[in-house]
Parts: sequence; C-alpha cells; structure tokens
Amino acid sequence: MKRLLLVGVAVIVLAGAGLAAMYTVGIRDDAAPPAYSKVASDPPEARIERGRYLARLGNCAACHTVAGGQPYAGGTAIPTSFGTLYGPNISSDPEHGIGSWTEDDFWQALHNGKAPDGTLLYPAFPFTEYTRMPRDDVDALFAFLRTVPASDQASRPHDLAYPYDQRVLLAFWRALYFKAETWVADATQSLPWNRGRYLVEGPGHCAACHTARNSLGASVGGAPLGGAMIDGLGWYAPPLTGDTATGLGQWSHADIAAILTSGVSARGAAAGPMVEVVTGSTQYLTAEDADAIAQYLKSLPASARPSTGARPSQATMDIGAQRYRQYCVQCHQANGEGSGTAWPPLAGNLSVTAPSPINAVRMVLDGGYAASTAANPRPHGMPPYGQVLNDNDIAALTTYIRNSWGNEASAVTSLEVKRARGQ
Amino acid sequence: MHTLLLALACQSAALTQHAAAQSNAFSAVSAMSDTNAANASSASAAPAIAPVTATTAAAGDPAPSSGSLRPNTMAARVAACTACHGEQGRAGADGYYPRLAGKPQDYLYQQLLHFRDGDRIYRPMTHLLAPLPDAYLYEIAGYFAAQHAPYPAPARGPASSSLLERGRMLTQQGDPARDVPACVACHGARLSGLAPAIPGLLGLPRDYIGAQIGSWRGDLRRAAEPDCMAEVSKRLTPEDVAAVAAWLSSLPVPEPYAPEAAASLTLPLACGSQTFPMPVAGGAQ
Repeated sequence: MKRLLLVGVAVIVLAGAGLAAMYTVGIRDDAAPPAYSKVASDPPEARIERGRYLARLGNCAACHTVAGGQPYAGGTAIPTSFGTLYGPNISSDPEHGIGSWTEDDFWQALHNGKAPDGTLLYPAFPFTEYTRMPRDDVDALFAFLRTVPASDQASRPHDLAYPYDQRVLLAFWRALYFKAETWVADATQSLPWNRGRYLVEGPGHCAACHTARNSLGASVGGAPLGGAMIDGLGWYAPPLTGDTATGLGQWSHADIAAILTSGVSARGAAAGPMVEVVTGSTQYLTAEDADAIAQYLKSLPASARPSTGARPSQATMDIGAQRYRQYCVQCHQANGEGSGTAWPPLAGNLSVTAPSPINAVRMVLDGGYAASTAANPRPHGMPPYGQVLNDNDIAALTTYIRNSWGNEASAVTSLEVKRARGQ
Repeated sequence: MHTLLLALACQSAALTQHAAAQSNAFSAVSAMSDTNAANASSASAAPAIAPVTATTAAAGDPAPSSGSLRPNTMAARVAACTACHGEQGRAGADGYYPRLAGKPQDYLYQQLLHFRDGDRIYRPMTHLLAPLPDAYLYEIAGYFAAQHAPYPAPARGPASSSLLERGRMLTQQGDPARDVPACVACHGARLSGLAPAIPGLLGLPRDYIGAQIGSWRGDLRRAAEPDCMAEVSKRLTPEDVAAVAAWLSSLPVPEPYAPEAAASLTLPLACGSQTFPMPVAGGAQ
C-alpha cells in the first residue's frame, strides 16, 4: 500500500515536472537570436517603402483592417473552430495601437510570438511563419507601421471557447508546435528559388491555409502546402504542390505569376478567400517576386493524391449535363474550356477537381467576382444559382463538371450542397 | 432559397401582424411573375445570362445559348447581377429583385457601396460586391442607369379602395399632422426621382417597396447621412407602408420616365445621398 502511494506520488511529481518543462520550453525566447543588423545603405524612406511592401506581402490588413475602416485599426473577425479572434489595432496610436512599442518589442512579436509584456500571442497571428523573417525585414515593417495614422479604436477582446481562452495553455501548444527559426538559404538552389521559398514560408504565410491543421490548429496535420480545408471559412485551399490533377503540376510559371498578380489566369481564377489575398496582397508582388514564388512552387513534388471514390452514376451525370447546358455552357463552353481569363476553364480547374467539392458547390450557390487588380480592374463574375437550383440539381451539376473533360473527382451529394448553403 | 427568405423577412418587418396585407403581397408576387415572364420571352433578342425557366427545361434540352453573351462587354461583366435582376436589369422574374434599369447612376452607385460596406444588409449582394472597387461599382451603376428596357404593366394585387386611397394621400400630400412629407416632395410630381440620386418609385414590386421602407424602419438599410429616408420611414406606421406600397405599385409608368433636374425641388429634409461624392480614381476599395 505504502509502495503504491509512493509510485502514485512519483507519477504526479513526474507529470508535474513534465508539464513544468513543457511550460518552460513553451515560453522561452529564441535561444540564439540573430545578430541585430540594419542595412546601412537603407535610407529611412526606402526602409518605410520596403516595410509597406512587406505589409502587403504579409497581408497584414486582412486581419488588422475592417472593410471600409481605418487602416490597421483592427477589429476584423477571424472565425476559427476555437471561437472568433479579432485582429488588434496595430496603428501608431500609443495607447490602443503599437505606437509605444520599440523595434525590439515588434521583433519579439513576429519572431517569438509574444507581446512586449511577455503575453503569449494566439497563433492565428502567423508568427509561426513570420518567425523566419530576418530582423532587417521586421524592422522595415515596423518602420512602415509607425507611419500609419493613429487610431484610438480599442482592440476588441477575442471571443474564444473554454479552454482556448486560457492563454497560459499556449505555452504547451508552443512547446509542441513552435520553435523560433532563423532563415537559412539553401545554397544548392538559385537566388530566385530561395527568394520564392522565403516569400511562401515567411511573410506570405501560405501554409496558414494551404497546409492542413491538426485538431489544435497547428499546421502539422498534412503534407506541407498539400491542400486543406480552411478552418472557419468553409473553403478548400488547393495543393500548391506538383500533382497534375489537384495541384500545380500543369500550371506554368506564367500561370502562377498571373493568378497571383492579376487574380486570373489561363487555368483558373482566384476564388473565395483567395480573392481577398490577391486584392490585398499578391497583386502587389513585383514581377521578380511573383516569378520567384512560381519557381519555388514548381519545384515542390506531388503530394499523395486522395482516392476519387466511386464513379458517379450515369443518371446523375445526365441530370448534371442537362443543367450544365442550361446554366453554364454559355460562358464555360461545351468543352469546359471557358473563354480566356474572363470565363475560366472548368476542365482541369483545381477548384473543380479538388478532393473537397466545396469550392465548386459554393461558386454555383453564391457566385463571386474575381479580384479587382491593377492588371484586371474590371473582373467578370460568376452569377449565383443557389436561388434557382435545388440541392439535387447542384449536386448533379457539380458532379458532372468534376467528372467531365478528363476531370475525375468524387461525386457530390445533395447533403453536401445543403450544408454549404448559407456558410 | 435563403435569399427569398431574407427578402420575406425584410418584408415582414414592414408588414408585421398584417396577415391580410401579407396574403395580398403574395398575390402581387404571382401577378408580377406572370407579367415579367411574358415580358422576358418577348425580348429574347437581347443578351441574356438569365437561365431558361424550369418549365422549358422539363420540356427537353434547350439549345445552348452560346454566343449571345460576349466576354469583355459590360453585359458579360454584369452577368452576376442580371442572373437575379433580369436582363438589362429590368427586374427579376419572381417579383422581388428590383429593377435596376434607368435608375439614377448616383443612386445605384450608393446602393452598391452600401451593400458592399454593410450599410444596407443583404448577404448575397455583400458577398458579390466585396472585392469590387468604387470606380468599377460606379461604372456598373452607369451601365444599368443607361438601360431603357420597357416597363411591365403595373401589377394590381388585391387591395381595398380605402388602402389605395390612403396610399394615394400619403404619396401626394403626406400627413402634415405627423410631419410625414409627401413622396412627391422629394421623388418629384411624376414620381420619377430627382437627380442626382433620388430614384423613381414606379415600376417596382409591391413587396419590394414595402420591404425597403421596413428595412429603413428596422435599420437594415441605411443611406448617407443625413439619412432622410430613414427619418421618413420611422414616421410611418406599418399600415402606412402597406398603403404606399400598394398604391405606388399599382401605377403605370409614364413615358418618358426620367429623374427631374437636380435642385429643381426644395427638399423638406436634408438628404446626404444628394451630395454624396463620386468615386475618385484609385480611391478606397
């Protein structure tokens, strides 16, 4: 009995020690912070401009500016399966924004995911990617944010479910899933490839949507950039890897650069949340950076391709074909090839052939315009059909386009359409 | 379906607790649908994105309509609009989606901005407009303002003569005792609107008119401050709204039907929409 008690105490002590160790690991700072280095030849104006560019690459405004609101004054709702977070005010206001922060404070936030007082930040803020940004880029970004007019709008508190509202638990999350990183170029690869990788894995934080997250929201749940359902948004981010049916295998460098900078390409248009990304971020990529991203993405091997499941029934295909001739053929054409960048092709379209049919279903239900960009300021838009087609029709129609012109993907059920309505 | 439900929700905001008025409204819907269906079939030469009707589909495979819409034209760029609002924006076939054709460009532009920025609440519109910049919205507004599709005959749904008379009185004279201005005081003696941004009130479905005033009463629809129509709407009772909607939707649209010249009327209330700025090049998205 005494022996059992001793064992019990030992287990508790060890578990406590384990948790304490995890906590310590979780809250520690980067063990070897890179040396502080300013680019000496960078005059203040150029530094601010570089910061402005980085703010766009990182799409800071997506979470820190509400539609029609004052820039970087915060308030944007970020829905997740853990509750809703609200992007804080990062304008230059000393009380409500980050006007009283130092460069070191800002570095601490981006590199270590901590507020100046040591408060652990939620990883909805992608410090998990921003940690790779070198100090000089972080300083440039901070220099730009200092020029953002002050807004005295108070940051809205997050609205998270228990236990996710207990910030102390972030220490354990960090112990499991976060390690501050220092960017190291791959000497065996070209300069543009390295630049592309940096943009994708650093400020661009593409993995936030395109890599699957595990049940605790960490981007370790699947192949890197292997495609994923986007938590909280109900859209599927297709693979950016080299698979020919579901990834970028058939895309040229020019196609990738085109969709990033203009929102449209010969292979498809940005849709759903990517419209906002193109509008607020990637349309501002320089031609060199857009090409660098294309070079890096094209070097990624194909990820494992999910099974497409059983072939749809002929009866479903027949109904789908009929609806296609009624509603779709005028723009997308009988051969599914669309017309230029105005009406995207459905044949080989990543959003059509994706493992999840959600993008195709939502486009048919709700329609949507492509991004308005400097290169394509007056985009065409897909009309909504959710008000005229029922769930069975849309299931058959999307099944048809997912399995025609060489496309091969799972059949869509009317239940999937029903769930997508009103999402 | 969710769009229709929201439409009806807006309508019920205006027509609360008036079962009789509701059933009248539904009759008006079917009357309107018939008119529009007839109208649409008589104008099949115009470019159309509007799908063929379910009845046609059931009768067999329709011939592909390929070629009637050309990419990079404005008609193609607004295909997402005309799917519900009808070709040229002449109104939807179901008696709710309002006519856009011939409404003042500044009025339409402000509505597009309000939908996009959440000042006028209707989710399908907000979703579609979210990525579009001011300048493009102004161009889209201009496209529909320049369309002159024929108006359908007025839909005379069931309405008592006392309801219509009350609607006529409010339209022509208002109710000075309650400080309710007449519709004609701002929308013009012919109810054809006032440049640059006050729209005409004729040729609109009864449901739609009732739903809009109801939305203003319930803060689901806002206009530029000072929001004169919100002010007027909140002075109206649900009975007033039902009466005005019944009366206005029963009137034929006179030809020609165009807004009166700017500043040709002295408005009884200040309206922010009349001094709203046009988009600036490279302006806010």
